[in-house]
Amino acid sequence: NLDSETTALLLRKRWALYSVTPLYKFSSAHLKAYAKLLSAYIAAEKQKGLAVQVGVELDIKVAISSLPDLKGSDQDEAAILVQLSLRSQASQKKSEEKLVWSGCFCSVCGDDLSKNVSADFTCLPVFLANGAESYTSIVGSWFQEIFDCCFHRLAISPLNLSWMAAMWTGCKVEENASAVELVFSVPNLPQPLDISYAIHPEDAKALWNTVQKTPGEITQEEVDVFMDCLYSHFHRHFKIHLSATKLVKVSAAVASAHCDGIIKFLQSQYIIEVLMLLTELAISQIQ
Amino acid sequence: HLATSLPLPSEGDHLRPRIDLIAFMIDIKSKYSLKNVEASLAHVAANFFLGKVCFLVTGVGRVNYCSVEMSSIWKLGEVYCSPVLYCELELERIRVATAQRLLRMLQICAGHVPGVSALTFSFLLRNS
Repeated sequence: NLDSETTALLLRKRWALYSVTPLYKFSSAHLKAYAKLLSAYIAAEKQKGLAVQVGVELDIKVAISSLPDLKGSDQDEAAILVQLSLRSQASQKKSEEKLVWSGCFCSVCGDDLSKNVSADFTCLPVFLANGAESYTSIVGSWFQEIFDCCFHRLAISPLNLSWMAAMWTGCKVEENASAVELVFSVPNLPQPLDISYAIHPEDAKALWNTVQKTPGEITQEEVDVFMDCLYSHFHRHFKIHLSATKLVKVSAAVASAHCDGIIKFLQSQYIIEVLMLLTELAISQIQ
Repeated sequence: HLATSLPLPSEGDHLRPRIDLIAFMIDIKSKYSLKNVEASLAHVAANFFLGKVCFLVTGVGRVNYCSVEMSSIWKLGEVYCSPVLYCELELERIRVATAQRLLRMLQICAGHVPGVSALTFSFLLRNS
């Protein structure tokens, strides 16, 4: 189970998703040294004029730490957290630091990838980034240069989003849980049109319970039946075939995901489960 | 002749030439297109499935837009003993190549190529 600090770091933030190939000769014993090197790299980029902040003399402080509880099995590497904070050069007080960017490398049940690579590589296929895109690309370039890895934006297909919709609907809902919301984008129109379909969480769960045969197990067939029920219900009322549109966003009490590769964790007890699914998606993109 | 679904309207029956090949188009981005094809298949006479039917899957270039599982399409090809072809409509090169392929298939299905029957050709396509 995750401790509250890790949970607070991850919950309710908008994380951009990336898949990362294994890192070469990365060691969790040298995190402080890596932080210093990354800090120097960012300062150098700033000199080149590629920095984000202009005007005020602000330092970027880099902190790299390990999150040992953020993993699935013992074979998983402990997650690595990278944080960039802004600190005014005049003040050395820690309280005046402002966290501007966070990045997290993690792996939850990523055995499919780690069993095929040599011991020199560290497998942390999922990368979560929160903060300005410019910082993400600077940190990404540094890691790619030093550890010979590759970052790729992890998009989520409508097929995988429907899987998430079914999975998250089935999770235990507490009182006053938010609605299950599906957002569809309609193609081939002169003006873009988005359709938002919100379902009461109790109703959605009741539907899923009639579809799912074995608790704890989900099959593609069950996901298809679940989605077809939702589509035919919508068609009955609005005469629109949602199956001809593109599912772009799924939102439930547990988490929300967007096809561009954006995730938001909303309940602490399901963070690991969601990360497990993301690890699977990242690994299939890498392989 | 293009149609959005089967059966074809009976009004045009007497004007319609003989049908030698039916290509069912499935857009991998639209679950609806798969359901539509599945419903239309029920209206096809059994003798067409001896090499005169093929499935054309479009939109395969963009994996992240997938709304249909490839395995359900392969299953369809297996169940109906018909080949599955792939096409990326957005690229002209591939569009032209696919059109040429279909024309070639049509020639064989219409019996214009001596020595090759529709059945043997589809058998070759499915097993390659």
